[in-house]
Amino acid sequence: MTFKTRILATTAIVAGIAASGGVAQEQSILVQSTTSTANSGLYDHLLPIFTQESGIAVNVVAVGTGQAIKNAANCDGDVLLVHAKAAEEKFVADGYGVERFDLMYNDFVIVGPDEDPAGVTGMKDAQASLEKIAASGAVFASRGDDSGTHKKEMSLWAATSVDPASGSGAWYRETGSGMGATLNVAVGMDAYAMTDRATWISFENKSDFEIHVEGDEDLFNQYGVILVNPAKCENVNAEAGQTFVDWVISDAGQAAIASYDLNGQQLFFPNAD
Amino acid sequence: MQDFGEAFRLAVSLVLSGDADLVEIVALSLKVSLTAIGLACVIGLPLGAIVAITRFPGRNAVLILFNALMGLPPVVVGLIVYLHLSRAGPLGFLGLLYTPTAMIIAQTILITPIVMALSRQVLEDLNAEYAEQFRSLVLSRWQQVRALIWDARFSLMTVALAGFGRAVAEVGAVMIVGGNIDHLTRVMTTAIALETSKGDLSLALALGMVLMVIALGVNAMVQSLRMTAVRHAYA
Repeated sequence: MTFKTRILATTAIVAGIAASGGVAQEQSILVQSTTSTANSGLYDHLLPIFTQESGIAVNVVAVGTGQAIKNAANCDGDVLLVHAKAAEEKFVADGYGVERFDLMYNDFVIVGPDEDPAGVTGMKDAQASLEKIAASGAVFASRGDDSGTHKKEMSLWAATSVDPASGSGAWYRETGSGMGATLNVAVGMDAYAMTDRATWISFENKSDFEIHVEGDEDLFNQYGVILVNPAKCENVNAEAGQTFVDWVISDAGQAAIASYDLNGQQLFFPNAD
Repeated sequence: MQDFGEAFRLAVSLVLSGDADLVEIVALSLKVSLTAIGLACVIGLPLGAIVAITRFPGRNAVLILFNALMGLPPVVVGLIVYLHLSRAGPLGFLGLLYTPTAMIIAQTILITPIVMALSRQVLEDLNAEYAEQFRSLVLSRWQQVRALIWDARFSLMTVALAGFGRAVAEVGAVMIVGGNIDHLTRVMTTAIALETSKGDLSLALALGMVLMVIALGVNAMVQSLRMTAVRHAYA
């Protein structure tokens, strides 16, 4: 090969790569989402069914609930699907969202190493188990990222006599990252952590970790879905976004959510009105 | 350590089976990062050359700034580009957020300082050799820039490779402005971050191996181009 033909060949390869990108979609919407619904594989199950029925492609940006709400408030999305009811209601009240619908639920669990240094295995009371973990000197890994799970965790601590912030950097370690990343950290440090059950079941680096605390009503995890307000954000694809919201809370959408299971366990339980 | 063996097997089988998703994210990685380094060279080389051959007040401050910008954290670049391209931002009307174009913009901003700073150094050294000749030929500034860049082209390829390496390896900027959307803006590094967060460390590592092989391939291609060209030049 001469120099020139080589340059031509390289250019052709680069041009070919450039041309192969960019899939044209007739209709598409952007969903700002929490990570658990994406990481657990729910969207891989749910979205193809919706796209086939509606012809609307769904693009998902999966970030923590706090960031998803912030992005949606910046008009960078058509639909918001997260799990922090109070923050979602504020989002709607502030005019950024049209209406909030309950979508589905599962629950949070507290996981930790097999040896269970704090002795919380089998406890039902979430607050009491957190107090026990704090008192035992065992390490606790928190999201620390203003996500839905983090907000829930903070509300649980607030009901205890412990102020975790006083142990920050010592026994209380805030990772400031996503659920999966935080679980990786917890496994690496033999730390307890609170996670939603869907992420936990689909998480593949469990090592010797187990669920120690579950079943408290306070560990309920409600997901909601909201159409971003086209009156506030004129770029919102309101028609397609509304079609998506209507579908996920319809009988067909709810059945599709219920039919998703991993290793024989149902991950999300539909509860739209 | 079983992750490594498992990851290696996975990497080989992913490549051999020509996994469609893998091909797609590899192609997008190359498209984004090669375009970014192309743009960075178009902007950075002439600027680096101009600074290399001119003397002006405050030049030292400019050099320090160039060099410091080489250390731009990708996540900061991502954030700045996000704030501009967001619908709520000044360039939001373009609708570029969460597109490959946004990722190219962010990576171009990230690596242009590298191209500027490194090419400035290479061209300044060459200019020390050429300066007298340039003066005797009474060349315009633009002619000098072109002559320097052309004669230093083989060294500048290494500069471009340094920029490409940084672009293809970064995750912070493309994650924020691309959103890691499946089949739209997912590239190698964001896919690796995603699999890590799912706890699928073997797959994450396998993707990392594929990425390293691709980087190796691009470097080998440039090297062979250079060698052929050198042979051609001195034949």
